Amino acid sequence: MDIQDIIKPENLVYDKPRLMNDNPMHYCPGCSHGVVHKLIAEIIDEMGMEESSVGIAPVGCAVFAYNYIDIDWQEAAHGRAPAIATAVKRLNPDKLVFTYQGDGDLAAIGTAETIHACNRGENIAIIFINNGIYGMTGGQMAPTTLEGMVTATCPYGRNVELYGYPLKISDLVAKLDGTCYVTRQSVHTAAAIKKTKKAIRQAFENSMAKKGTSLVEVVSTCNSGWKMSPEKANTWMEENMFAKYPMGDLKNE
Amino acid sequence: MAKIQGAVVVNKERCKGCNLCVVACPADVLALQAKEVNNKGYHYAYMENPEKCIGCASCGYVCPDGCIAVYKTKL
Repeated sequence: MDIQDIIKPENLVYDKPRLMNDNPMHYCPGCSHGVVHKLIAEIIDEMGMEESSVGIAPVGCAVFAYNYIDIDWQEAAHGRAPAIATAVKRLNPDKLVFTYQGDGDLAAIGTAETIHACNRGENIAIIFINNGIYGMTGGQMAPTTLEGMVTATCPYGRNVELYGYPLKISDLVAKLDGTCYVTRQSVHTAAAIKKTKKAIRQAFENSMAKKGTSLVEVVSTCNSGWKMSPEKANTWMEENMFAKYPMGDLKNE
Repeated sequence: MAKIQGAVVVNKERCKGCNLCVVACPADVLALQAKEVNNKGYHYAYMENPEKCIGCASCGYVCPDGCIAVYKTKL
């Protein structure tokens, strides 16, 4: 059978999500952000929430998220996405409100906002991309950087006596009464991507059911910041990041 | 058992040549262009062994830039 005979609309099994537009993404080749963007676009389309979703874009690599997914977005100051999301959700309780933040945004400058939004139990979903580094600014050490990991600002590896320990913020917020769902996932294989999609879907549904704050941590790669090829970065993540940040649900009520 | 034949269409101008689809493919179908590049200068992915494709869409799931469409039919 000729390839052209297979390529027909009725045989389509996978395509770019409808809500993801044609703007070329500014992310580096192989960046995990693109996969998570696709999942969000797919889930919002499946839930039929295209006209009633508000995403809060962070400061960091995902700052231009509003250019790629055709829903309403609001840009927040650095780390303040949960505060903006609180306001949007309280004023528009019928909207699906979620934040999309990296580790430099959520776990460093925005730690207070994150913890207090989770503690208040705001009915928002937080998508947390944890790649253990400040990707956009050139690969500096983040609170989530692993012990011994080399970055631009700790060229001899992270020394815990000097810089402290990697911050496991998902474990922290899982202890708070305001959160209903805290999970840690990844997007390096097709199987992991399907699990992450289920997790994000559940977080969005919790938000609409007013059950409290949901946080989905996606352990990701930053191959540019880690100075590796995308496939090497995936292997390195499996070998090193998963030991410190194990996969699975931390809380599901 | 009915044989399944798949096909992958790569949006070559959107592709950044990250190679993740090539690694994810269980049937050794995809490869990056060895010499040709797209307008951005990336060695884009293409079907090197089209007859081996089973239409599992693993390449599509892992593609960070959403440049892959997958089709599948029973022969």
